[in-house]
Formats: sequence, C-alpha cells, structure tokens
Amino acid sequence: MQNQNQNLIERLLSGDRRALARMVTLIENGVPGIRDCLAELHRHAGRAHIIGITGSPGVGKSTLVTQLTREFRQRERRVAVIAVDPTSPFSGGALLGDRIRMMELAGDPGVFIRSMASRGSLGGLSAATRDVVRAMDAAGYDPILIETVGTGQAEVEIMRAAHSVMVVCAPGLGDEVQALKAGILEIADLFVVSKKDKPGANQTAAELAMLLSLAPDRRTAAWRIPIILTSALKGEGIDQLVDALERHRRFLQDSGLLRQRAQRQIRSEIEALIVQKVLQHLEEEVSPGEWQRLLGEISERARDPYSVARELEERLGLPR
Amino acid sequence: MAATRPIRVLVAKPGLDGHDRGAKVIARALRDAGMEVIYTGIRQTPEMIVEAAIQEDVDAILLSILSGAHMALFPRIMELLQQNGVTDVLVAAGGILPDEDIPAIKAMGIKGCFGPGTPVEQIIQFVRENIHPERLQVEV
Repeated sequence: MQNQNQNLIERLLSGDRRALARMVTLIENGVPGIRDCLAELHRHAGRAHIIGITGSPGVGKSTLVTQLTREFRQRERRVAVIAVDPTSPFSGGALLGDRIRMMELAGDPGVFIRSMASRGSLGGLSAATRDVVRAMDAAGYDPILIETVGTGQAEVEIMRAAHSVMVVCAPGLGDEVQALKAGILEIADLFVVSKKDKPGANQTAAELAMLLSLAPDRRTAAWRIPIILTSALKGEGIDQLVDALERHRRFLQDSGLLRQRAQRQIRSEIEALIVQKVLQHLEEEVSPGEWQRLLGEISERARDPYSVARELEERLGLPR
Repeated sequence: MAATRPIRVLVAKPGLDGHDRGAKVIARALRDAGMEVIYTGIRQTPEMIVEAAIQEDVDAILLSILSGAHMALFPRIMELLQQNGVTDVLVAAGGILPDEDIPAIKAMGIKGCFGPGTPVEQIIQFVRENIHPERLQVEV
C-alpha cells in the first residue's frame, strides 16, 4: 500500500493527469492514509497563484473562468480549475454542469478542470477544496482558479482558500450592489462587472466604486481594489483582468501579505483537522443508542445540552 | 467508506445531434439517486468525452446519441479510453440504437444499451450494479 501511494504521488508530480484525477478522488472521499499523501504533496506545493471567483448565480462565473483560462494559456501558463456546484440536501447527489460552458477548453493538455460537489459544506466550497488545490499546486498548475457555488452573500469561505478573490457582478440585477455591502464586499480583492455589453454595466460599476469609497478596506489599504468591466460576448476586458490579477499577486508577494494569508489559511486548516478528529472520537465514544437516550433526556428537560457536553468532553479527555 | 461515497457519472452527448432532453432526464434522475453527475453538454467529440472522464475520474460514462452516428463514434471513444489506460470505467449507451447494432456495440465493451422508454430506475440499478468493483475499494 505504501508503495502504491508513493507511485501515485510520483506520477502526479511528473504531470500525469490520471494520477492527479485519482488523487483528487481519494482526497474527496477522505480515505484512510490520505493525510500522509497530503503531507508529501505539501512539500511540493506553494508555487501556484490561487484565485477565487465568486458571485451570485447567473452572473457569468463559468464563462469568465473559461475566458481567464484562455488568456492565461496565451501567456503560457498551465491552468487548473475547480468548479464547485451544490450537493442536493435531499438525495446527496449533484448535477455538475460547469463543464458545459468550459467546452472550448477541452482538449488542451495545459488545462485541468475538476467539478466538485459541495457535499454538505456551507460557504460556497467543499470541505476538500483546499486539499485538492494542494494536489493541483504540487502537480505544477499555476494559476489555480476556484469557482464557488453561486449563492450570493455568505461565500466568505473562499477567503480562506484563495490568495486573490474576485467578486463578479452583472448589470441589471436591481439592487444587488446594495445587497453586496455586508458579506462579499469585504472579501473582494478585485471586482468584475460582467456583461458590459448590456445596459446598466457602467452604472453598476459606478455604484461599486461609490461603495468602495465609503468603506475602504483597512487590511489592504495599500491595494486599490480595481473594478473591471468585461464582456465575454465581445471578448473585452479579459486581458485587463488578467493583468490586474498578476498585479495583485505581485502586490501580495512584495507586501508580505501572501505569506501572511497563507499562514492564516494553514492555521484554519489545522483547526479544521483537529475538529474533524474530535468529532470522529465522539462518534466512536458515543453509540447511537446512547445518543438516543441522552437526546431523549434532554427533550424531557431531565438534562440539559451543556452538562451533557461537559460530560462528553471529559470522556474524550478534553481539559475543563 | 466504499458504501458511502457517491458514485460519479459522466453524461455525454457525442456527435452532432442537439437533442439533449433524454440526457438531461437521465442526469437528473441519477442525481436524485444520490450520484454526482457531470454533464458535458451537446456536440462532444470522442476526445472531449474521454478527457472529461479522465479529469473527473468518473466511475461510469453514459453516452446519449440520437443521430445514428454511434457506429462511428463509439469505437473511437472506446479506443481512446484504451489508449489512455482507462480500463476500469463502466460505459453504457442510450438513445436510438437499432437492435441489429447492439451485439456490435456490446462487443466494443459498452456494457449496457438503453432505448427509448427504458424506466430510469432500470438505468440507476444498472449503474449501481456494474461499477468496476476495484473502483469502489477506496483506500490508499
């Protein structure tokens, strides 16, 4: 088994697409032993620029990803794409349709696209996304584009996975810009107003500019958040957008923010790994029968959630 | 672990016919059966389909075709899968497949053929029962 592992990693590092695809499957399924693989991959990763693309459904994220990929290819970069779509909370299944809009990229050996279902994870990504990024990074792809689930205002999880976050807005969606104020506005490193060939694009851009001037982001005060208008239909604004992304990458490197962001992300990854372990222990410690009994007692007000948590924490050996 | 991971399926439409209602119905039904379905859209070349199957590391490929070009496109798809060393993926086909072609289609290594009117439950069951057993042994 150890040898098989090593073999898969070596194939992945040498650029074998099938090995990378299989590794992603193993990561997604959280198979036993995957952490050892990821530890090995971590040593080879850390070169890629990780770009997050987020925004409401229908603003044109997949189309933009396709165009960005094409532009990066012209600049002779090998591009990986992760496209996340939602898992049905009822069946656990998912319909992953982002490839439809990325059709023109098919057949280019310098592009690797992987569709991922969110598998119950909130925040617009799947729990495995960051580990998948690590595998793609180790395989030599740069940049890596992550397209989140299109859900709107709470997709801040991308902030903990990407170096540069791009928020896409489309004109004509009414007061959408107002709605953006709270959540997504604060995580954007770049704004894109897509569909600039449609009426209202300039107005949307102006509204965004106004919001930005009202609320300058303290964390990145040295970075002026650009607002870029694009048209996939006419192929406009894409080279400008890629230039801005490259500029942001240099800014992150020169200012030391890249390291800072990466470290913050790794810390939250370590925390997540520990939480996962604790939950796993809890599952082993408390049988379904005991859960039923405990929950019954709590419903009948014979006990309360806090003392039960206290008791279980003690059983898991957690300090008081 | 093996029992709980979702089956991943590629639903693809090779060739030039643009009618994908059937493919969409199947994709939707498989999703509702708890599978992760990657739909490629219409007018796919065999190269595009095989590349998508590799990158997505799917357990099964379902080909939907109504144009009558299956005897040209299917062999090419199977050949490309072989060439790329993809030997553990279930391939099945649906659409307008004349009875007299079915033995030849099956001889190519396409395990199931489903014509119009096939209940979706039958296809779901077929996929579940015919995934390559090694693929479901998820262990490193």
